[in-house]
Amino acid sequence: MKQFIPKITFWRVVATIIVVAGLYSTYLRFTGGLGASTNLSDDFPWGLWIGFDILVGVGLAAGGFTICAITHIFNIEKYKPLTRPAILTAFLGYLLVIFGLMYDLGKPYNIWHAIIYWNPRSVMFEVAWCVMLYTTVLFLEFLPIALEKFRLKKLLSFMKKTGILIMITGVILSTLHQSSLGSLFLIVPQKMYPLWYSGLLPLYFFISAVGAGLTMVIFEAYLSARAFNKGIEADLLSRIGLYSVIVLMLGLIIRLVDFFLTDKIHLLFTINNYTLLFYLEILVGTLVPFGLLIQKRIRENRRWLYASSIMVISGFLLNRLNVSITSITPATGVNYFPSINEISVTLMLVTLGMWAFKIIARNFPVFASEVHYENHQLNFDQKLSESNL
Amino acid sequence: MKKQKAILFDVTLCAGCGECYNACKEANHLPETADDFLKDHLSANTYTVVEEYGDVYTRKMCMHCVDPTCVSVCPVGAMEKTELGPVIYDADKCLGCRYCMQACPHHIPRYEWNKINPKVKKCIMCYERVKNGMQTTCAEACPTGATLFGDRDELIKIAQERLSSDPETYYQKIYGLEEAGGTNVLIISPVPFDQLGFAENLPKEALPTYTAKALEKIPGVVAGGGAFLAAMYWLTKRKNQIAAEEKQNKLNSISGDEK
Repeated sequence: MKQFIPKITFWRVVATIIVVAGLYSTYLRFTGGLGASTNLSDDFPWGLWIGFDILVGVGLAAGGFTICAITHIFNIEKYKPLTRPAILTAFLGYLLVIFGLMYDLGKPYNIWHAIIYWNPRSVMFEVAWCVMLYTTVLFLEFLPIALEKFRLKKLLSFMKKTGILIMITGVILSTLHQSSLGSLFLIVPQKMYPLWYSGLLPLYFFISAVGAGLTMVIFEAYLSARAFNKGIEADLLSRIGLYSVIVLMLGLIIRLVDFFLTDKIHLLFTINNYTLLFYLEILVGTLVPFGLLIQKRIRENRRWLYASSIMVISGFLLNRLNVSITSITPATGVNYFPSINEISVTLMLVTLGMWAFKIIARNFPVFASEVHYENHQLNFDQKLSESNL
Repeated sequence: MKKQKAILFDVTLCAGCGECYNACKEANHLPETADDFLKDHLSANTYTVVEEYGDVYTRKMCMHCVDPTCVSVCPVGAMEKTELGPVIYDADKCLGCRYCMQACPHHIPRYEWNKINPKVKKCIMCYERVKNGMQTTCAEACPTGATLFGDRDELIKIAQERLSSDPETYYQKIYGLEEAGGTNVLIISPVPFDQLGFAENLPKEALPTYTAKALEKIPGVVAGGGAFLAAMYWLTKRKNQIAAEEKQNKLNSISGDEK
């Protein structure tokens, strides 16, 4: 007999409260409009739902295309066990971004208009198309996992043949829109606090998404290992951790050089809240994790690796909120802080995402897969050759 | 191309009577929003305001940019720069992303925050009237001639004449001549424009050129990226194959030796 009443645990209670609160905010949003549910105004038209649900959501899903590029385009086979969890995270991430967009758009029922009314001069238009196409790509990348589950072998072998085309398309689409999320802000040079405005915003957005997306893989592997007892090889994760902080450090160096070239260095020594938030962002998001994970001993310690990944993700989050909210504040003259409804909807989205990941990872071969089988084969071959030698 | 229509507002002539404000409300069927029109501000129900700065008055409304930021950022083309000059809005296309509001350098578009089916609201330079050869309702209502309607190049000439014939009175600048690529609403004033709440830190080039620089790289990223990734795939695949074959050969030769 299966148990139908789930056991009451602390996290289940918290998750239930979050979802109930989120549903109530959903009700307010769709009956009273954005005015009744958010702290947005004519002075501050973009808030948490753009800054977190869209910018952070898309950015943290970048692990999907990065790992795919490593394993399927650069054919570095040993990272293959990370591919499926990364694809699943990205797929769910994008679905949540689209779901979140439904709250933020004033007329969500017109979302499909981007398909029929074109404005190629608009960065938002490009982002809309990339997100649509890439979500389709992610679905196709996820499909083999489902096909395997239902043993649809013919389709599966067809998918494998076309796989590389899908993967390359996915990497290009991701490169385009990850950077374009930064390009969205290129058009407000006079509104943004200069610490965050730069002509290189698209590059920064791309680099930081690659770095933070990789640490999401670590974060998840750790959570899943706790949830499913399916440990992923620690060696792979610690290497991923090292690569991610190197990428992030590279991004920071480019940023500092750009400060120097555009005469903004003095801003780093101007003491105000903006400078403090900037330092917090680079310390938590890049400098401290870099200092930690560059040391072999520390990155091979599971807890430190996990802690560093949380730091990187927090720093990334802070960066996106700084670009989209903090930097706009002085020009608008308003202090925007998200309303309780904006926060509760965002928390609900995160909770739903984690819950969906858990359900799918339980029921589909996300962790245990043919990849493991292949690895077994490989080990077997190796042992054979060793014994022969 | 037709001649672009424009509005010239002369701060020195404005008496602060509010006739433009009232005429605008009436023409656009907008409800009353304030007891004292001088204390009102732009909103979903107010497309133009008269503001008091010391002993002078100025108007605020959509500037109808020559190369409008709102038109360039709208993903579905709901904002349109008409041939005649007015920037108009199509609520049926709009998704409500509010990028126009975020991006507008003059902080003009307003939103119906409390509606389920919200629209972006702003002055559309009485497009229907202008299309039929009439002037805007605010220009028609103005008793002192502070708000003039006409062809943009002619209004620029008038403004230049006023500035040069009376340099004592006028601050020597036409606001809107080159702000963010220029606007179809031009303003002349006795005081610097930042004292009247106008943005003085705008670049001279139109803001859409900033994003155009990023967007024009897309074809290169697609073509170059595609070629690079395909080449990497082929190379690394081949490398792995060779490694596997060599291993196989070794195995074969070993098993061959055993036989």
